[in-house]
Formats: sequence, C-alpha cells, structure tokens
Amino acid sequence: MGSRDQEQKTQNTDFAGQAVATRDAYGAALLELGKSNKNIVVLDADLSGSTKTKGFSKAFPERFFNMGISEQDMIGTAGGLSLTGKVPFASTFAVFETGRAWEQIRQTLCYSHLNVKLAATHSGITVGEDGASHQSLEDIALMRVLPGMTVIVPADGFETKQAIDAAAEFEGPVYIRLGRSKVPAVMPKDYKFQIGKAYTYSLGKDATIVAAGIMVSAALEAKEILSKEGIDAGVINMSTIKPLDGGALLAAADKSKLILTAEEHSIIGGLGSAVAEFLSENHPVKVVKIGMRDTFGCSGPPKELLQLYGLTAANMAETIKESLR
Amino acid sequence: MQSILNSRDISYLKERAREMRIEILKMLEKSGSGHTGGSLSATDIVAALYFYKMKHRPDNPDWAGRDRFILSKGHAAPLLYTTLALTGYFDKSLLDSLRRVGCPLQGHPSSKMLNGVEISTGSLGQGLSIANGIAMGLRLDKNPSRVYCLLGDGETQEGQVWEAAMSASHYRLDNLCAFVDLNGLQIDGRCCDVMNIEPVGDKWRAFGWHTLSIDGHDMQAIVDALDEAEKVKGKPCMILAKTVKGKGVSFFEGKAEYHGVTPTKEELELAIKELS
Repeated sequence: MGSRDQEQKTQNTDFAGQAVATRDAYGAALLELGKSNKNIVVLDADLSGSTKTKGFSKAFPERFFNMGISEQDMIGTAGGLSLTGKVPFASTFAVFETGRAWEQIRQTLCYSHLNVKLAATHSGITVGEDGASHQSLEDIALMRVLPGMTVIVPADGFETKQAIDAAAEFEGPVYIRLGRSKVPAVMPKDYKFQIGKAYTYSLGKDATIVAAGIMVSAALEAKEILSKEGIDAGVINMSTIKPLDGGALLAAADKSKLILTAEEHSIIGGLGSAVAEFLSENHPVKVVKIGMRDTFGCSGPPKELLQLYGLTAANMAETIKESLR
Repeated sequence: MQSILNSRDISYLKERAREMRIEILKMLEKSGSGHTGGSLSATDIVAALYFYKMKHRPDNPDWAGRDRFILSKGHAAPLLYTTLALTGYFDKSLLDSLRRVGCPLQGHPSSKMLNGVEISTGSLGQGLSIANGIAMGLRLDKNPSRVYCLLGDGETQEGQVWEAAMSASHYRLDNLCAFVDLNGLQIDGRCCDVMNIEPVGDKWRAFGWHTLSIDGHDMQAIVDALDEAEKVKGKPCMILAKTVKGKGVSFFEGKAEYHGVTPTKEELELAIKELS
C-alpha cells in the first residue's frame, strides 16, 4: 500500500521517466485534450475499458460515442464527425481497427483526407494470452500503404502523450499504434516529439538498430550487450514510420556497416520493409530484420512470447554478431 | 442560368427532373462510360432535395448552415454532377469531361476534387455511417442543418448499412433522413434473385426508423415525405422510394443490363425525344 501511494505521488501528467503502458498514457492524454479542445470527440467499439477511452467518456459523455461492436460503422461515423469540424479519436484493438475496417479507412478517411485519428491499442504479440486472433502483426503494413496516412508507433508513455497531442494538432488521418503491456521509459526527459522526426540515441560504427514501439527498450539493452563484446552499435527510435525520417537513416547508413530493424510486427510490410525500401534506393547497405517471420502468434505471457519469437535484446545482439561475421 | 432553389411548385420540380435526365444522358453518351440506370431511377428524389428541400448555397459550398447530402450509392455520380451543375455549383460545360484524365468529375464522386461533394463515395455501404457522424456533429454544435443520404437497394446487402441503421436509431438522429432507391435491380440481376432484401420496410422499422414508403417518381409524394421527415422527433427517418431503373427512357427502363452501360448517339437522340 505504501509503495503504491508513493507511485501515485510520483506520477506526472507527461509520463516523463515513467514506466507505463502506452494505452494508459493515451487515456490520460485524451482526458487532458478534452479539457483544452472542445472539438475533440472520441469513439470506441465496446472496448473503452481496455483502450482507456473510458476516462474521457466519464468526463465528457456528450463527446463520447460508443459504437458497439461495429468497427466499420465507427470509422464512417468518425469521418462524418470530422466533416463538421470535430477532431475524432477512434479506438479499438489494432487488429479490428486496421483489419476489419481497412477499406472504410481507405475509402472514407484517406481518399477524402479526413481529420480522423485512429488510436489503436493491443498491438503486437504482447497482447499475450488472448492469442493470435487478437495480436495485430500486420497493422503497420496495412496503414502505411494508404496514401496520406501518417503512422506513429510511440516507444513509451512520455512519447505517447506527446504523439497524441501532435496528432490532434496535425490536419489529416493519423494512425497511432499503442500497446497493452507496461513498457519502460526510454525517452530522455527533454525529448520533444515531432511527427516525421526519429530520435537517434547514437550511431554505431558496426551497426545501428532502427526500432519502434516496445522494441526500442530492447534495442538499448542490445547495445549494452554488444558494447561489452567490443561491438559498437547505435540505436534509433523511428517512432514515425510514415513519413519516414530519411535523414536519420542516411546518417546511420553512412556510419554503420549494418542496419538492424526491430519491430513487434511482421517483417513483411512494416518498419523493416520501410527502412529497406528507403535505403535500397538512397544508400544501399545491408539491412537485417527482427520481427514476426511470416507467422501468427499464439497464447502466452507477453515476456515468453517475445522470447519464443526472437524479439529480445539477446536475439538482436546475436543477429548483429552473426550478420557482421 | 439563375436557378430557383427551395421551390415547392410540383410542375417546376418535375421540369427540373426532366432537364436533369437529359443532361445525365448527354454526359453519359459523351463519356461512353458510367452508370445510367441508377442515375435515372433516383433523379426525382435528388431534384426534390436540391430544388426544394435542402438549404444550400451553390456559390458557397462550405456554408456552415447548409443541409448535407451524402450520395452513398456513389455510382450515381452523373446524377449528382448534373444536379450540382444545374443548381449552379459549376459551369454546365464541365459535365462534358466526366471520367476524363485530370477532370474533377471522377467516375465516383471525389470530395477533394469537386466543390459540392461532401465526401468521396463509390465503395458501397459507407455513406450512412458518414451521414450519422455528420448528424451527431451538427447536433453537438446545435446546428439545425439536416442530413440527407441516398442508398441503393442492392447496397443494403452490405453489413455496414445495418450497423449504421442501428447507430442512427440508438443515437436518435432525428436530423437525418435517408432514402433507399428501390429500383429492384443490381448488376447481376434482380435484387430478389441475387440476394433478397425484403421485407425492406419491416427491416428499417425493426431497426427503429420512422419508415415511409412512396412512389419515388411521384414528385408530390416525395415532397410530402420530405416534409413529414422533418417533423419526426427522436428517431431517424427512412423514405423507401419505389423506383424504376432507367426511368424516363422506355428502352432503358427496368433493365439490369443498363446498370453500367451508356447510351449510344442514336439512343440519346431517341431518349431526348421521349423526354421532350
């Protein structure tokens, strides 16, 4: 009880330096935005407790619309609300938001370039026990391919809070990929998020890891492991996957012999593909990908699943060593 | 041409619908591609909306006080374009460029390319959800504007239509009025053979809508239904309009094969003669 009280006291509203699930930071960010911006409206598809939009729904019931279990209708309705000048945030699990309603996102939101924000939670395999049906491993690919869509994958609570604020300010459709599990704080306290701007911790002589989401903290660990073995690895947090920060990638490709991409997503169509597409055209360098290797996930505790599918710091370090050989 | 909008004169409205049919056929003959049947079946409804019921300002398409029209059956784009041209949103000569490269008159309506188009449609089943969202937003703003939405009957085979039917009624959107253009035909044949949508009235009533059934070519009935819809409180209004695909041109009427086929030069001449 005492330690819990202490935790409550040390909580700050921007989540700097705080280990928190990105969905929790989203819920808190929405609540604040709701106060300062009367045009913010929120839609959910019967998962408001899990997506953390419930806080907003209690504070601003007239600006919250539970659409029931109907994701396609939710996207269209969000589009309609945006046509009256509202700034809708539509939330559900990533697999349903981007999969079930993909064509609605394409036709209604992107083709008309509507100002709708898709904040999807429970992305990746760290959904855990619910298993493959609920683990979204394709959402980055599905959103990235759409013209005019911005794709953001924040790494921690601090970055999430800022990304949500930035998305609300930005004009146009934005996809924000959030997670269920608590993640360590990885962004420095003076960090300022900007759409389209990667954060470079350092560039490695030997390799640079380009990571997003929960894989950023694993990448920072991998860098430590490698440095003990005399291998110089850098880390970039590529939190905006579209538009991609080409400048950051060129700098890495210039300095490093190898680029390793790391994502909690399929290696087909996601961050790894985006990085490889850019570098093969602009600065060919060897790119190796860590991610889900054309497979579905399965049930289990998140930590065990990350190990099972090779999404750990140890695996990154091993892959870099092998690729440099 | 100076249009008179918001006229309740039935013969005036019928004349506008007749004019619209001729322009639709002309533009389709010129483009050689586009949807004839479903444009002609809904012409009277859309004429009543734009020349009688809707508040709108063709010289200021984004006017906040306007009523909104969502063409959910986006393939009836020639009907929408003709209406916008004849009410003064753009010059009629633009109709000649339908479906040409670089032209704002896309095969299906694109809101980013043409003033007066509220939202891009064409992929069926999505318009009613959008109309709902607009109705919710207007209500939040205490804006008295109303929202109109036109669906095709085949289109109601899309599941999203029923999701939207449920939410419009759940959120008591009485600032929303929708039409289903019941022309009975879709690309592959009669709706009742392809995928039966009947009993259509019972369905909408069961979903909580104030439901009216009218002859979709009886201008007086359309105008009366629109007036009644405005008085309904606490629920959305559905006007089920029985229509004839290809209406107004004897050799197109009731033919599924004219869903996406345009008139030849000879057919156009004959059609104009029939309509004159």
